[in-house]
Amino acid sequence: MTGRRALFAVPVLGVVTFGVFAVAAASPFDPVKAYTGTAGLTASQENLDQIRANLGVDQPLVTRWWDWLTGALRGDLGDSAVMRMPVADVIGERLGWSVLLAVTAFAVAVLLGTALGVLAARRRGGLLDRCACSAAYTLEAAPAFWLGLLAIWFFALQLGVLPAGGLTDTASDTVTFDQVARHLVLPAAVLGVSQTPWFFLYTRQGVGDALDEDAVRGARARGLAERTVLTGHALRAGMLPMLTLIGSRVPELITGALLVETVFSWPGIAAATVQAATAVDFPLLAALTVLATAAVLLGNLLSDLLYGLADPRVGFDG
Amino acid sequence: MTARSIRTVAPVAALVLGAAACANPSGGTDGQGAGATAVVGIAYEPDTLSPLLGYGKDGNSKIFDGLLAHDADLKLRPALAAELPEVSADGLTYTYKLRQGVKFSDGEPFDADDVVFTYRTILDEKTNNPSRTELDALKDVSKGGDDTVVFTLKYPYAPFAQRTVLPIAPEHVAGRQDVNTGEFTTKPIGTGPYVLTGWSKGEKLSFKANPAYWGGEPQVKKFTMAIIKDDDVRATRLRAGDLDGAILPPNLAEGFAKDSGRKTHKATTYDYRTVTLPTHNEVAGDTAIRRALDIAVDRQVMVDSILNGAGKPAYGPVPTGSEWFAAGTERRHDLAGAQKILDEAGWKPGKDGIRAKDGVRAAFPLWYLTGDKLRQDHALAYASDARKAGIDITTQAGTWEVIEPRMEHDAVLAGGGAPGDPDFDQYLLLKSALAGDGFNNMGWYDNPAVDKALETGRTSGDKATRLEAYRTVQRELVKNPGYTFLTHIDHVYVLADKWDGLSTQIEPHDHGLASGPWWNVEKWTPKDSGK
Repeated sequence: MTGRRALFAVPVLGVVTFGVFAVAAASPFDPVKAYTGTAGLTASQENLDQIRANLGVDQPLVTRWWDWLTGALRGDLGDSAVMRMPVADVIGERLGWSVLLAVTAFAVAVLLGTALGVLAARRRGGLLDRCACSAAYTLEAAPAFWLGLLAIWFFALQLGVLPAGGLTDTASDTVTFDQVARHLVLPAAVLGVSQTPWFFLYTRQGVGDALDEDAVRGARARGLAERTVLTGHALRAGMLPMLTLIGSRVPELITGALLVETVFSWPGIAAATVQAATAVDFPLLAALTVLATAAVLLGNLLSDLLYGLADPRVGFDG
Repeated sequence: MTARSIRTVAPVAALVLGAAACANPSGGTDGQGAGATAVVGIAYEPDTLSPLLGYGKDGNSKIFDGLLAHDADLKLRPALAAELPEVSADGLTYTYKLRQGVKFSDGEPFDADDVVFTYRTILDEKTNNPSRTELDALKDVSKGGDDTVVFTLKYPYAPFAQRTVLPIAPEHVAGRQDVNTGEFTTKPIGTGPYVLTGWSKGEKLSFKANPAYWGGEPQVKKFTMAIIKDDDVRATRLRAGDLDGAILPPNLAEGFAKDSGRKTHKATTYDYRTVTLPTHNEVAGDTAIRRALDIAVDRQVMVDSILNGAGKPAYGPVPTGSEWFAAGTERRHDLAGAQKILDEAGWKPGKDGIRAKDGVRAAFPLWYLTGDKLRQDHALAYASDARKAGIDITTQAGTWEVIEPRMEHDAVLAGGGAPGDPDFDQYLLLKSALAGDGFNNMGWYDNPAVDKALETGRTSGDKATRLEAYRTVQRELVKNPGYTFLTHIDHVYVLADKWDGLSTQIEPHDHGLASGPWWNVEKWTPKDSGK
């Protein structure tokens, strides 16, 4: 399955990058204007035309895409106009921080969602269940950036216990473990919590249904401990829909990270994506799109594999 | 990917965390007591830190020095040059003697080759420098010995010395890499008072004092500029103590007014807001309409209500406080006078109160930049004032991509302002030959008397002649205003009261890194008293 998926990914990535170039070319944004910034407002037309030629953005769409693609295949991702440095350097500098944020947030969401879901499923209609459900519906509707601003207001301003943004303290330029750990708490928690409702609701439903199944009732009847019934039987069966969810939440996680990184000035790849898009920075935009597409494809693959691991009835080639 | 490799995800995450701990091992210098470090919040981030691509072109770049530099009043003083330049009688040759014994922060000496390299690279059309036009007058730079540089001009250009504040790049570093994307654009090396220690894009720029600075080592040892685009976030982080100072809009700065530990600094600027009245629009192009609008607007009300008092009425690109301002060209708010001008010109009020002449309704659209609250407020106030005089202005928001193709016929709420020399703004704004050239002369202004005065102003080396020329321009703008200038905006900063030696410089429209009370951070001294 893995090999087949990988083969399938190649045309998908090709089409996606071409789509990005086409959409960017059709957008009303002017890469030269983005490149020159305010200086462009007083530059002469001749000066601007020269920069257009230097940046290579006066070429037709297909030429630009082909140049980029052949370059990328040779390992040359090109130079980012908006960052004024090679695309590989932009990604190298930022990807790690985004992965760190996303992985932590994902762990928060999965653990918190599963734990709450199991507890709620055990006593459906109970106080915890009702509280958690209404909180989940509220959170589903709350945009991540709003949660972020709320968190900054409460934890950084009212309580003053956590930093409001950045990777390290503003005054410090050494990146140390404990500083990053402290600065990671709020953005990861916000991103994680914003993803939690889906995991919570799926687990609650799955485990709840499983608890009603014959096998579980049988296990209960045999006098097995409640814990064993929950973790051994109900959770295992109830996790199935959630594993699919893990993969399908990846795109949402990427867009969520985009907003959260902006709110918390987190120096990740998402902030660069926004800049690349509005500046019509073709090389950077294409590389980032490939990354995001690959992440989504991998996410789907991952959830399918996990599904197979969790439930032997699901064949890998099913 | 196999199931087994999935299990490696967790260790990878741990690895990322581990790598974070050692990603930037340099530094470790904690501030020595209060005042030795300063952290400020700014709204603007440079695209590049390479002077070859336009960074610091207006001087005062902290990492670099120019041949000359500006003091608080924008008077020129020598920096990397040992003295002010010698100008030949015909105004075509500028000769600079260079300061001796200056070193770049990597220890290499600075000399005439670096100056020649910097200017020649900027003039090279393969260099993506959008401000190259500013050096249009420059024909060539050459070395007249190790400590002398000679600039030759194509035509006499009086404000040329003002352009030589642009920072000098080291040839031995920048000359060995791609000028547009090389490492130098993000990891600059200069002769300035500060050395860049880190630039986390979108987050902050960190500097440390250059111990070998030719002007003496600064006392503020560490200096950090946090980039926070959102006004509210900047204000809250200032309040939370994360920042020592920040630029703030006037209404947010007011919240800090009673704070005894912080001081509010207002910097006067050349930053104007104006409405372009395109010559090609049959309504806005009519001189009677232009003159009527010029006195129908209540500038003082705009200053009081939109700017919370932090600004001044503007009657042209030159602020009223400047020595180049022509006294007597102030326009009083005079609605009756505006109506009289329109009546006499044949613009008669119709049934809906809007005037018309020969079947043409006195109406035109006014565009402003989407999301710019300040411009929106100005545009709405302008439209409301115009309506009282019987002119119907429809305000519309758009991005520059939408606005630019319409600039020839529609009015735009524009901003600008470059201090230093009156030529910088006015030539680009009013010269008829530059109509429609990019964003220059957006209103397609065309006035032979102004054109002539602008030429005299830029070529004459005589201050009195130049003063008279720019006064002529301002008087012409009263007779035929191609723009309605509204306000000059003060920039407001709130800063912890921990240092002595603070002042503000006269500031341009751009919120560059150098603007703000920290324009001379290298001269600050920590206050002894207090914390």
